[in-house]
Amino acid sequence: MSVDAKTVRRIGHLARIKIEESQVNAYAGELNAILGFVAQLDEVDVDGVEPMTSVLPMTQPLRKDEVNLGGHAERIVANAPLSEDNFFMVPKVIE
Amino acid sequence: MTDLTKLSLTATRDGLKAKDFTSVEVTDAYLGAIEAANPKLNAYITIETNQARDMAKASDAKLIAGNGGMLEGAPLGIKDLFATIGTHTQAGSHILDGFLPEYESTITTNLWGDGAVMLGKLNMDEFAMGSSNESSYYGPVINPWKGEGSGTALVPGGSSGGSASAVSAWLCAGATATDTGGSIRQPAAFTGTVGIKPTYGRCSRWGVVAFASSLDQAGPITRTVEDSALMLTSMAGYDKMDSTSVDMAVPDFAAAVERGVKGLTIGIPKEYHMDGMPDEIDVLWKQGIEWLRAEGAIIKDISLPHTKYALPAYYIVAPAECSSNLARYDGVKYGLRVAGDSIDDMYELTRAAGFGREVQRRGMIGTYVLSAGYYDAYYVRAQKVRTLIKQDFEKVFADGVDAILTPATPSAAFAIGDKEMAADPIKMYLNDIFTVTVNMAGLPGIAVPAGKDAAGLPLGLQLIGKPFDEETLFAAGRVLERSAAIDFSPKQWW
Repeated sequence: MSVDAKTVRRIGHLARIKIEESQVNAYAGELNAILGFVAQLDEVDVDGVEPMTSVLPMTQPLRKDEVNLGGHAERIVANAPLSEDNFFMVPKVIE
Repeated sequence: MTDLTKLSLTATRDGLKAKDFTSVEVTDAYLGAIEAANPKLNAYITIETNQARDMAKASDAKLIAGNGGMLEGAPLGIKDLFATIGTHTQAGSHILDGFLPEYESTITTNLWGDGAVMLGKLNMDEFAMGSSNESSYYGPVINPWKGEGSGTALVPGGSSGGSASAVSAWLCAGATATDTGGSIRQPAAFTGTVGIKPTYGRCSRWGVVAFASSLDQAGPITRTVEDSALMLTSMAGYDKMDSTSVDMAVPDFAAAVERGVKGLTIGIPKEYHMDGMPDEIDVLWKQGIEWLRAEGAIIKDISLPHTKYALPAYYIVAPAECSSNLARYDGVKYGLRVAGDSIDDMYELTRAAGFGREVQRRGMIGTYVLSAGYYDAYYVRAQKVRTLIKQDFEKVFADGVDAILTPATPSAAFAIGDKEMAADPIKMYLNDIFTVTVNMAGLPGIAVPAGKDAAGLPLGLQLIGKPFDEETLFAAGRVLERSAAIDFSPKQWW
């Protein structure tokens, strides 16, 4: 499983990170080095082993489905680069 | 008058309580020290002079009234990862430009509730990703330590490099830090300070910028083991805002510090002997074993067979979780925004401009290992290996081991801009080889300064404990500290 230039571009898009063409090969090299390093895990026998979901035995805490925090629209958009009437503003998505 | 910045956190707290000096005096002493040192060490990103003085005045009023908290008036530095209302919180990143939180992290809320004073926000590797504090948007932090007769600037370790450098250089009485793969313990070892990563769930992660949620834990970096116990007592505790925080009483950790190790069984894992490890690390490890034995501990050789797989498994799990956590930085809700032709274009341009190279690399790896067709081969396999790593520890604890002694790092601090590490990310990742197993298993681990290398640079030992048994780590850590009896004060050049 080796990462080529095409895969770097695809992963860059999936990760929503613009990868400059001049950087594609460098990224491919770095990603392959890391994937080569983690490939050692292939030698571990994991048959019948449960994948870890929590480091500690704990049950998922539940609470009543009711509003416990709210009414902070102004504070929520306070750090937005662009907002109007307490809405986040983004480039047009639907024509 | 004595230099108030040279006191331990505990001595500062005690002196304030006894009215030997005021919080305004000690706070001003630290602010003066920061002003003089920061241009050279770059430990602080922002210094909150006015807020610090206001908090100090409020503490002095409480101390006079005799109703101060357990840290009343003691000045602390806060890692830039912790949300603090209205003050710089950017996780050392460009992408959070201008972000000023509207809320306070639970941990800092606890510290202020106990009377601590905030001096400012501490530099760190971007999003806590790094082992040298060179990935910060705000530039590298410099280690206050230098090799004997050498002028070379050294890294303080990472990602909590600002915290470690500030504590070591007397720029705060103690600092908050976080540890995902070794980010508290490795910088502590590089700077001759004490760093504890508590058990996963001991400290609330609410309001702490997330890197890898199943591994992240906060803890203190301090100058002594006693200070570490005091500060963790304040930071820890159940929080309903963090569903992984554990509802369990927090002991008075400081009460455990002088408990000793008599009758405790200390495990020595053979897998922590690494090929190519400097002799001085091995010598220090053996010395640590002898110190514990001399105080009545029983030493037992143990095996943790999956140790070598912890780092590769980490470099699947941590990037996978980071790619998911970092999805929120999109140029819409906060921070940097770079305009684009479409919304996707805006996302991609914003994230390319806002994230540094290491963060982008990890985001890419995480996206790759979680992508269709690779999820089982990488992520699920890594989580299975993680189960095996945890079972290794469970087995030795069930066999009567109370704590495990290992080296903290495979070397002392290295030079800023180390070419080999810059050229090969894996080489940098190997810094965490002894610490990362602890995060993978959710256990507590403490790094205590215990010796020096040939160049006079600090070296640390690590103790690993059972879940929620930080008390044994403080007790055994104190024995190492007391037995070493070394002054870990860097020679002041800044």
